[in-house]
Amino acid sequence: MTTPSRAVTRNPEGILRFAAPQQFYPLAGTLAPWFAQAAAVLTAIGLYIGFFVAPTDFQQGEVYRVIFIHVPAAWMSMLIYLVMAFWAAVGLVLNTRLSFIMCQALAPTGAMFCFLALWTGALWGKPTWGTYWVWDARLTSQLLLLFLYFGFIALTRAIEDPRRADRAGAIIALVGAVNVPIIYFSVQWWNTLHQGASVSLTKAPSMATTMLAGMLVMALAAWMYAIAVALWRVRALILERERHTEWVGEVLEAEGRAR
Amino acid sequence: MLSAFLAVLRRDLLLAWRGRADLLVTLAFFVVVVCLFPFGVGAETNQLRAIAPGVLWVAALLASLLALHRLFAQDHADGTLEQLLLSSEPAVLWVLAKICAFWLTTGLPLVLAAPALALLFDIEEGALPVLTLSLALGTPILALLGAVGAALTLGVRGGGMLLALLVLPLYVPVLIFGAGAVEAWLGGSGAAAHLLLLGGGLAGALALAPWACAAALRIAME
Repeated sequence: MTTPSRAVTRNPEGILRFAAPQQFYPLAGTLAPWFAQAAAVLTAIGLYIGFFVAPTDFQQGEVYRVIFIHVPAAWMSMLIYLVMAFWAAVGLVLNTRLSFIMCQALAPTGAMFCFLALWTGALWGKPTWGTYWVWDARLTSQLLLLFLYFGFIALTRAIEDPRRADRAGAIIALVGAVNVPIIYFSVQWWNTLHQGASVSLTKAPSMATTMLAGMLVMALAAWMYAIAVALWRVRALILERERHTEWVGEVLEAEGRAR
Repeated sequence: MLSAFLAVLRRDLLLAWRGRADLLVTLAFFVVVVCLFPFGVGAETNQLRAIAPGVLWVAALLASLLALHRLFAQDHADGTLEQLLLSSEPAVLWVLAKICAFWLTTGLPLVLAAPALALLFDIEEGALPVLTLSLALGTPILALLGAVGAALTLGVRGGGMLLALLVLPLYVPVLIFGAGAVEAWLGGSGAAAHLLLLGGGLAGALALAPWACAAALRIAME
C-alpha cells in the first residue's frame, strides 16, 4: 500500500507540515467555509452588477449578460488545468501525497467549469451568431480541454491502487499541459486555413467599466468557489485514503460526538 | 547501449513476424474504414476528392490507436516487462526500441497502403507523395504519444476505451497538420510548412515521449 511520504517522517516545521494529510485535514475544514462564504457573497455582488447595474449592450441587447458566467467559467477551466499540472509536478518531484490528492480534487471542478463555459457559450452563440457551435479555434480548444479533463478523471478513477492512480494521473496531467498550447495553436491555424473568420471573437468592443467590474467580481467568486469545493473534496479524499489509520478514527468519533 | 536497443528491436520485430496475422488485422481495419466513407457520404467524385485527406488520416489514426494495446500487453502478461525494467540498461532505450518496432509493424504498412487507397478517392496523383510523406512523419508521432497512454493504462480495467479517451485529444494537432499538408498542396500553397511542423513535432515527441513512457511503465509495474 502507500508508503508514508518523507514530509511526514521528517516532521518539518512551518508551512510544510501541512503537506501531511493529517495536518491538512483540519486546516482545510477551517478554511473551506470561509471560501464558500466569500464565493456566495461575491456571486451575489457580481450577479447584481451584471443584471442590474451594467448597461444593456447596444449591439447584443440583454443576451450579452451571459458573459458574467461564461468568461469566468472559461478562465477557471484553463487556470485549474494549469494548477493541476503544477500540483502533479510538485507531487512527482517532492513525493508528497497531498499534492496528488489536490490534483485529483481539482479535476471535477475544472471539468464542470469547462462544460459550463461550452454550454453558456452555445446558448450565447445561438442569438448572436445564429448557431450553437462554430469550429472556432477557442471553442474547439475548449472542447479538447474538456476531453483532457475527462481523460484525467477516467484514468485516476479506473486505477484501484491509489499510489499508481496518483502517479499515472500526474503524468497524464503534465503531458496534457505540454500539449494544451500545441493544441491551441494548431487548432487556430487549422481554423484560419479552412474558413475566413466568419465570427470574430477577438474583436471585443470596448467594455463599459461596470461590465468589466461585474466580470472580475464573478471571476473572483469562481476562484473562491473552486478553492472551497476543492478543499472539501480534499478532505473527503483524505478520509478515504487514510481510513485505516488511527487519527481518522479519532477525527470521525470527535465529529460524531459534536453532532 | 546500442546493442540493447537492437536486441529489443530485433526481438519485437521477430515476435511481430511470427504473429503476422495480427498485423494484417490492423491493415485490414484501415482499408475497411476508408472504404466505409463513400457509403456514408455518397459516391460523388468531387465530394470524395474533398474529404479524402481527412478520411485517410482519421482512418490511419484509428487503426494505430486500435493496435496500441498490443504494444506492452503481451510483455506485461509474460513478465518480460518486469525483467526489462530490472535490467541495467536505461529504460528509455528499450522503450524507444519497442516503439520503433511497433511503428515498423503497424505504422509503416499504413503509410505504404495509403497511396493505393487514395486512388479510390480520385486524389490528384501529384498529391500522393505528400500524403505518404505526411503519414510517414505523422504516424511515428502517433506511436510515440500512444505509447505513453498504453503504458499508463497497462492492466487497467476498461483499458481500451480509456486509452482512446486519453490519447485522441493529443492526436488532434497531428491530424490537423497531416491532413492539412495534403489539402495545402491541393490548394496550391505548398505542403512544406505543414510537413516541417510535423517533422518538428516528431523531433519533440522523439525527445520527450520515451521518457514519459518509461516513467509510466515504472509506475505501472511498481
